[in-house]
Amino acid sequence: MKLSNEKILSMYDTMLKIRKFEEKAMGLFAEGEIPGFVHLYLGEEAVATGACATLEADDFITSTHRGHGHIIAKGGDMNFMMAELYGKETGYCKGKGGSMHIADRSKGILGANGIVGAGHNIAAGAGLSVKHRGTDQVVLCFFGDGSTNQSTFHEALNLSSIWKLPVVFICENNGYGISMSQERHQAIKDIADRAVAYNIPGVTVDGNDVFAVYEAVNEATKRARKNQGPTLVECKTYRHRGHFEGDPTMYRTDEELQEWLEKDPVKRMEKFMLENGILGQEDLDSKTAAIDEVIATAVKFAQDSPKPSLESAVENVYSDIVEEVKVR
Amino acid sequence: MRTMTYGEGIREGMRIRMMEDPNVIIFGEDVGQFGGCFGVTAGMYEEFSGERVRDTPISEGVIIGAAVGSAATGLKPIAELMFMDFSTVGMDQLVNQAAKMRYMFGGKIALPMVVRLPSGGGVRAAAQHSQSLESWFTHVPGLKVVYPSNAADAAGMMLTAIDDDNPVIFVEHKAIYAIKGEVPDVIEPIPFGKASVKKEGTDVTILTYGKQVYDALSAAETLAKDGIDAEVVDLRSLYPLDKEAISASLKKTGKIVLVSEEVKRGGYIGEIAAMIAEEFFFDLDAPIQRVGALNTPIPFSGELEDYVLPNDIDIVNTVKKLF
Repeated sequence: MKLSNEKILSMYDTMLKIRKFEEKAMGLFAEGEIPGFVHLYLGEEAVATGACATLEADDFITSTHRGHGHIIAKGGDMNFMMAELYGKETGYCKGKGGSMHIADRSKGILGANGIVGAGHNIAAGAGLSVKHRGTDQVVLCFFGDGSTNQSTFHEALNLSSIWKLPVVFICENNGYGISMSQERHQAIKDIADRAVAYNIPGVTVDGNDVFAVYEAVNEATKRARKNQGPTLVECKTYRHRGHFEGDPTMYRTDEELQEWLEKDPVKRMEKFMLENGILGQEDLDSKTAAIDEVIATAVKFAQDSPKPSLESAVENVYSDIVEEVKVR
Repeated sequence: MRTMTYGEGIREGMRIRMMEDPNVIIFGEDVGQFGGCFGVTAGMYEEFSGERVRDTPISEGVIIGAAVGSAATGLKPIAELMFMDFSTVGMDQLVNQAAKMRYMFGGKIALPMVVRLPSGGGVRAAAQHSQSLESWFTHVPGLKVVYPSNAADAAGMMLTAIDDDNPVIFVEHKAIYAIKGEVPDVIEPIPFGKASVKKEGTDVTILTYGKQVYDALSAAETLAKDGIDAEVVDLRSLYPLDKEAISASLKKTGKIVLVSEEVKRGGYIGEIAAMIAEEFFFDLDAPIQRVGALNTPIPFSGELEDYVLPNDIDIVNTVKKLF
């Protein structure tokens, strides 16, 4: 498949934004600036990037606890994201969601999700909505290998298959469900094999190759838009960091990590562009500097933003009820 | 006025909105050609097509999840679970998704979804098809929980439920589907959070909802023979809760008996009792009383089930303790 240089550059831009955002989040967490749990997408950038590059603005995605990459790739605003990581009033969720719950309905981002596997069913529902309303939107459902052992995986794929819902199920197989390696948590190697059970196409691709991801997901979204139903796309990848920041990763070896660092999707993309004369080293450097600046702006925006008011704690539980705080 | 059963009232509410809005759809197990396990959706598959009255596989997780996902993206789904007991299977989608999304996302999403839950005992269906679990849902901020007791309320509250931008748990008691009642010729939405006084009285308030409204009315008749004038209040909406109606009735009677089919331990009427003790204590001239089911699973044998579930005689006996 021949992609335009413009498309390639745009994909590189997304990957780099994710990489830089996550590196910054990693540092800020280590400094104690960001509270709570942070699950970083470092190493998996090619999946969200390649997959979301096939989408239109009004398409939908569901995400996971490791959601920053999906949200950036779907056009999420990094100022609002960073402010949410800081728990500030200007954050995407007004400081009520945090890293694991960032959403932007206006951009079709139906939420990162703290419950492993919950997105499967929500994606099926969004697919039902698209089908019922008769638009040609698609839904990308991102999830990890660990979630494919949840009942939701089976329920959502079965329903999407019998109703031919326009959902692309994208498994980011990073080899671990928290600390449990794939070979310990399931008896199959390729999760795409499970597509057979739903009579839908299942493909396995190199998840660190952004073009391979793009190609497979593009094929799947085309099918979905033509009312041909769901596809299961498995992207084999690896997270450079632990499950969460602070995870000592005793369950994997340094050799394994090194092996995957060699296959770093961002470096691989850079090499591709240099070798193909799409960008020179200077262009890469200036792009990196530009994105560093965007990230720095996001951090400053977050730091300068006010904390949420205590009154806001009781708001947004319902659209129309705010309980008065009288008796605790 | 016209006459309808409780089940028909629910159906009528759904039909009205489905005729007006193509984005109102129903899905659940056997709701289509089969007409629903209790016949509530009978005829709707033929009237609105299988696209709008969709049979789902036996997959409670994705029934609720699809309601969440479709409500978040432009539809107004009505999901039916065959029995309230099966909500356990879809509980993550209700508690961690539906109830939380608006709040977690800073108020920037609407979830106009209704989940219908046929509940309650009395039909010899034993421990996994008879439970009353409404307190699980009233306990979760982000959900509204309503429980109509008659055809007119069911129809009017269904309109309100569909119109609501929040997830609404619509509880139905399966033993009263066939009870007939008068329904206005033009059905209007009945606002949530408004209790209904079913019988006025001055001596004691019997506060209840669902099937127990009938038991309370029957108890009130018996009590009248003993010279006790009971007021029967049907809550209709569990959350939002009509505290004003509770307060008004209590000011009149000074005594209150709370009745529910939930097992007594941890039931929602315990929450109401605590609220009354906190906020309306000085209107009381006798201890708050509760009537609930025994703290057991629901047994199969008719004799045992009838013993476990609360009835009108239990209400009469409890009221009499206060006089």
